[in-house]
Amino acid sequence: MWNQLVRRRLKPYTALCLLIPVLLSSPAFCALGEDVSSVATDQVHMKASVRVLAANSYSIHEMKTPAGTTVRQFASPSGVVFAVTWQGFSPDLQQLLGEHFDEYVASVSSQHARRGRGVYIDTGDLVVETGGHMRFAVGRAYLRSKVPQGVDANALQ
Amino acid sequence: MRCSRVLVAALVSLLSALFLSCGSGSQSSSHVEAKNSQAIAVTGGPDNNYANGLFTTVTVCAPGTSNCQSIPNVLVDTGSFGLRLLSSSLGTLGSSLPKQTSGSDTVFECAQFVDSVLWGPVVSADVTLANQTAKSVPVQVIDATSVPVPAACKAIGPSEEDVSSLGANGILGVGFFIADCGNACTASSSANPGFYYGCVATSCSVISQAVSQQVQNPVALLPNDNNGVVIQLPAAANSSPTLSGAFILGIATTANNSPGSAQVFAPDQFGNLKTTFKGNQYAGFLDTGSNAYFFLDSKTTGIPICSSTEKGFYCPSSPAGLSATNTSSQGGNSTVNFTVVSASQLFSTGGNAVFPTLGGPNPAMFDWGLPFFFGRNVFVAIEGRQTPLGAGPFWAY
Repeated sequence: MWNQLVRRRLKPYTALCLLIPVLLSSPAFCALGEDVSSVATDQVHMKASVRVLAANSYSIHEMKTPAGTTVRQFASPSGVVFAVTWQGFSPDLQQLLGEHFDEYVASVSSQHARRGRGVYIDTGDLVVETGGHMRFAVGRAYLRSKVPQGVDANALQ
Repeated sequence: MRCSRVLVAALVSLLSALFLSCGSGSQSSSHVEAKNSQAIAVTGGPDNNYANGLFTTVTVCAPGTSNCQSIPNVLVDTGSFGLRLLSSSLGTLGSSLPKQTSGSDTVFECAQFVDSVLWGPVVSADVTLANQTAKSVPVQVIDATSVPVPAACKAIGPSEEDVSSLGANGILGVGFFIADCGNACTASSSANPGFYYGCVATSCSVISQAVSQQVQNPVALLPNDNNGVVIQLPAAANSSPTLSGAFILGIATTANNSPGSAQVFAPDQFGNLKTTFKGNQYAGFLDTGSNAYFFLDSKTTGIPICSSTEKGFYCPSSPAGLSATNTSSQGGNSTVNFTVVSASQLFSTGGNAVFPTLGGPNPAMFDWGLPFFFGRNVFVAIEGRQTPLGAGPFWAY
């Protein structure tokens, strides 16, 4: 029981425990759904500092924008950014969501049941969740079709 | 003998008069408006389609004049800071409110909410809340027509520009910070998060904005009762069309805003408290502007997200009894029990705007939205202001 409890408590951090910083100041950043090695535009656009972490089934490209927002991009072994998360002042979502940004905006605008504060968008493949308050926004976006097998997108932070 | 009886009778009537006036005084917060209290109500809002929206009326005037407009259906929001009003709600007053300038630029704001942006000029207005007036308050007018929303602002999220997209005539941000952005927006480098723009004609770029020039929580600029607010709402057992309560200025400044032995929850540098759910600790906050309990995800809570058009909410197959604990910054805990009922079921009954059991997901946070405030007096103390419970910022309940 105690072991189970401990295991359950540790579970959200398992991925973090496995992380090994493999590179510093990597320029490899890109938008959701794009190839991780193809562009460095996000980092340049956001003037962010970057570090890359490796997990067992994906790599995490973490950057901190000058305004203090932490942005993480999750890349699958095949090199595709399948998820992004953020925390702090609202980031440039157009940059982070790339070609999916318009879909996001259209979905928010057409939400049937009004959600006061934060969104939960699910267009089938694209899922975007946001929350928080003024000065502190949190968010998570992922493409279901690109999430590696065995990875729980809900646990990405 | 007769004289003393008269005296006794006079004393008795004097005492009962005093007692009665005290009695009516203590009731005044919810029934008769005290000088520091104004009515708030959970209603469907201006389009009668808002769930768990807390609204009030705000009076704004051109500074130093009696040229005023009372604006109903303004959302009361402890999760933001400052007053923002749709240009359409101001009517002819709009053109009389002086626009803030910075050098030769006109100051505009891209107010960043977690689901949208609000764009428009910063103006100066006298703001009256609960019969008290804050003079020359920097206020945002939401107006995307005169100067188009800059691309960098639109890149943050959809711009809400009218009653139908905002669901309100404006937002009254009365959280615990005095200015909406704070020190971050004083930066003149790329560290500036880009709330404030200087515009010449329709050409705008991000500017450094002093904290005192930023859009201000009007409560902080009142002459009295300016150390915070109390949100007072009665309990609600079931969904209903409306729920009326009181928005009270000040904390421990007069009889109707005493916090008594309320527990204090001071925020961290990000404006969050600590909430523990099923043994794990998360960042949390108390927010009248959130219209449900928005917490965590389906996997952590074990509650499915609605599969229908209510995807932003939880839809448990039967009512889910839950419990989470807020950690007081002064020691001690507060365990909050709450229930989440299927949003599809709640919304299937027409005519209701009050939903005490509405819940939804939130990425790794615990957002104690409006249902949390039902049946509680929640105190929101402004940063740097003294109260008997200590200096703000904090929540107490």
